Amino acid sequence: MSSTFAIILTGILVAAACASLGCFLILRRMAMLADAISHAILPGLVAGYFIAQGPSLLAGFFGAALAGLITVGLVELLKNTQRVGGESAIGIVFPAMFALGTFLVSKYYADVHLDADAVLYGNIEFVGFDHWYLGETDLGPQSLWIMGGLCLINFIFITVFYKELKLATFDAGLAATLGFSPILIHYGLMAVVSITTVGAFTAVGAILVVALMIVPAATAYLLTDRLPWMIGLAIGAGAIAAVLGFGLAFMLNGSVAGAIATITGVEFGLALLFSPKQGLVARARRLARQRIQFAADTLLVHLLQHEGSPEAANESTISHLQSELQWNNKFAQRVLDLAQRRSLVRCQGQQLELTTSGRERSQQVLQLGRA
Amino acid sequence: MSLFDLFSDYTLRNVALGAMVLGIVSGILGCFAVLRRQGLLGDALSHAALPGIAIAYLLTGSKAPIVLLLGAGIAGWVGTLTINRIVRDTRISEDSALGIVLSVFFGVGILLLTYIAKRNDANQAGLDRFLFGQAATLVATDVLTMSILGGLALGCLVLLYKEFKLLAFDPAFAASLGFAPNRLGILLTSLIVVAIVIGLQTVGVVLMAAMLVGPAVAARQWTHRLSVMLLLSGVFGAAAGIAGTMLSLGQQHVPTGPMIILSLTAIVAISLLFAPARGLVWAKLRQSHALNHEPRNREAQPVKGE
Repeated sequence: MSSTFAIILTGILVAAACASLGCFLILRRMAMLADAISHAILPGLVAGYFIAQGPSLLAGFFGAALAGLITVGLVELLKNTQRVGGESAIGIVFPAMFALGTFLVSKYYADVHLDADAVLYGNIEFVGFDHWYLGETDLGPQSLWIMGGLCLINFIFITVFYKELKLATFDAGLAATLGFSPILIHYGLMAVVSITTVGAFTAVGAILVVALMIVPAATAYLLTDRLPWMIGLAIGAGAIAAVLGFGLAFMLNGSVAGAIATITGVEFGLALLFSPKQGLVARARRLARQRIQFAADTLLVHLLQHEGSPEAANESTISHLQSELQWNNKFAQRVLDLAQRRSLVRCQGQQLELTTSGRERSQQVLQLGRA
Repeated sequence: MSLFDLFSDYTLRNVALGAMVLGIVSGILGCFAVLRRQGLLGDALSHAALPGIAIAYLLTGSKAPIVLLLGAGIAGWVGTLTINRIVRDTRISEDSALGIVLSVFFGVGILLLTYIAKRNDANQAGLDRFLFGQAATLVATDVLTMSILGGLALGCLVLLYKEFKLLAFDPAFAASLGFAPNRLGILLTSLIVVAIVIGLQTVGVVLMAAMLVGPAVAARQWTHRLSVMLLLSGVFGAAAGIAGTMLSLGQQHVPTGPMIILSLTAIVAISLLFAPARGLVWAKLRQSHALNHEPRNREAQPVKGE
């Protein structure tokens, strides 16, 4: 297996593992807790290193997962004292854990391969080098196996507990009444987030883990209202970012993790602008359309008010609209276009008059206003 | 290491002064972030400042602190506006918006920094010190820059104290009085960006969050008055800065930034546990005392809400 292929495949697996969990984090408003965990597992890694007397995958894993759960527990504990807001609790706990980790690393392991930069932005570039061997057989790159395993665990977790997760996410109260423990679900999810973070960040670093958990899920959230679609879209967006990010990093000769995070940001930006329902462009157009529609209704009511009265001839000229309703020329023209296109208004030279359906519509509007 | 060394040794004095200035400024400004329940905004914005440093260097080729910090400030400010925009115009929650800006901006920063590092450009060395901060490299001009920036931010705070106070406690009332809470909020956040910019060189991107949140949470334990809280918070921040400096310098392999944060964590823990009125230990004691001695009066006591 070529090393490029191994890197890209690892990236895709990390993306899939992270993005699927990320959907629940976004919906449960726990994105920053994931960020906190990703930083706070550093002392756990160091403890694992210390206990195993060297780099041990298993010890590091357990230490880090434990540190992740301790972080979540401490944050809950601080919140429950009623002295500290939830976000401040996070802001106190994770820097303390990270500072402790950095202190331990620089004090006791200054000369070994456990430096804090690697924790922050990882070394996906090297995933091709560490292979696993079974006797003499080359099983392929180690991170590929780890990330594949984590993907599997996450998919099983989500599939088995889908109903519970969904219920606890959208209606925690109902979940509790029905006998599912939201707390158990919370810690279960946090445990999976912790081990995913640990597994992923040896490959891609803490920041990319956070980027891949939060950003593709948020992108998907802008594109769909259905949870299964959201999960699928998030995984897709993450995988695309992994592939394109590798290309970008290759072009710039820069960090792969940084480039993947950058691409997730570009994807989010595109969704933010152009999502059919939620996008800023769609919103702006909807607003503009509603303005014109509202103005057209105003016009109809205006015409109805003066219909048949002596001043009608004067009140219903196009130029009068501009002064009375304070519309500029262009806006008045667009309103008129809409009203004529829907055959609500007829144009007789300079004079406007209501059609039958226009009269009905304007009466409807007046009734709606009264109701 | 003694307090005397702190004032006689040139390097030590700069580092301690720098850490102290940072502690005062971030402690005071952080109070507003904490009161407005935006404790993690600082975390997001300090990460968001990173690409600004890289871009400022790419554009100017200069490593002068003021140029890099200006870049950092602009990037942090763009981050603020982006978060605001996402929260206001989409259904994405504030928490997620912070996470998005934090990780994407930081990713861009890392990409650019690694790109710069591999260009075989001898001049670039040292840009990555903003990641973890290197308080030990602070020189007199750095401290001066930090003091001026911090002084400007605090001056702005003094001028608009009444408005910010109103914004922190009752934004709806502020709006009804004719202040623009949205604009005031952005201005306040911009001041926090200044604090972050000051902190980047000392404690770095990652630990900056604690410098804003920690002193404020500790100070809140001791008082119910905003003015006292601000003063205490500044004092706690400064104390953490000096303590961290003394614990780290002179010893090998002990970085200053993390020691400042650990000192701060100790202050927070002591305040949470032992502050006179709000201390958890006293609350626990009062509770068991009430259970043991006044079982009948228990229900008559009003529930005290915070």
